Amino acid sequence: MSTTPTTQTDPETKPRRRYGIGRVLITVYAILAIGATSRAIYQIATVYSSARIPITLSAVSGVIYILATLALILPGRAWYRVAWVTISFELLGVLVIGTLSLVDPAIFAGSATVSDGTVWSYYGRGYLFIPVVLPILGMIWLRSRRSQPDLQTGD
Amino acid sequence: MIQWFAVVEVAIAAAAGVLSLILGLFGRKPSDLSLGATALVELLLLAQLVIAIFSPLFGNNPTGSILEFYIYVAAALIIPLIAGFWALVERDRWSVVVLGVACLAIAVMVVRMNIIWTVQTQ
Repeated sequence: MSTTPTTQTDPETKPRRRYGIGRVLITVYAILAIGATSRAIYQIATVYSSARIPITLSAVSGVIYILATLALILPGRAWYRVAWVTISFELLGVLVIGTLSLVDPAIFAGSATVSDGTVWSYYGRGYLFIPVVLPILGMIWLRSRRSQPDLQTGD
Repeated sequence: MIQWFAVVEVAIAAAAGVLSLILGLFGRKPSDLSLGATALVELLLLAQLVIAIFSPLFGNNPTGSILEFYIYVAAALIIPLIAGFWALVERDRWSVVVLGVACLAIAVMVVRMNIIWTVQTQ
C-alpha cells in the first residue's frame, strides 16, 4: 500500500477521528435506523388510524436510531452526550416495550398487517434481537472512547 | 419475485457477507474481492427490482403489501452503496467487516421480501 503525500487533507490540520471497530457498530446502527424509519413510514402510510401506539413507537424508535447513528459518527462532546442519551433511551425502550409486548400484547396488536408493531416488540425478535444487544455494545464503545482527543476540549 | 432467484440472491449475499467478515477480521483491507462481492450483491438487488417490476405483468403478483415490499427494496439498494462508499473512503480492515455486515443484512432483507411476496397466500 503506497500513500500519496499530495492529498489536500492534511492530517495535522484536521485530526481525523479513528473509529476502528466502532465503524461496524455505526453500520449496524445505520441499518437499524433505515429499518425502523422505513417501517414507520410504511405504517403511517397504511394503517395509522388503527394502530396509533405501535406506529408512534416505530416513528420514535426510527428518530432515536437516526440520532444515535449521527451522534456516533460526529465528533465533539455535545454529540458524545447525545450518543449516551439516545443509546440509553434505546435500551430503556427495548426493555420496557419488549416486556410490555410479552405481558400485554394487546397494546401493540394494532392490526393484522403490523403483527409485531415496533422494532422493540419482544425485545427486537423481528430484528434478530439486535435491538437489545446493540445499545449495550454501544455503551461499551462509548465508554472506551472517553479519552479521545475530540472529547477533551471545552469544560 | 422468482423463488429460485431469491434463493440464489440470499445464498450469494450470505456468502459474500461471511467472506467479507472473515477477510476483515483477518486484517485485509478492501480489495477487488470484498468490494466485488458487495457489488455483485447490489447487482442482484437491481435484477430483483427489475423482476419485481415485471412479475405482475406475467401474473406473478405479490400476496403481501406491494408498498412494504418496495420499501424493503429501496432500503436494501441503499445499504451496499453506503458500505461500499465508506470502504473506498477509509480503506482499513473494519470497512471490510462493514461490507460483510451490509451483505448479511441484505440476505435477511431479501428473505423478508420473499415472505412479503409469497407467504400470505389464500
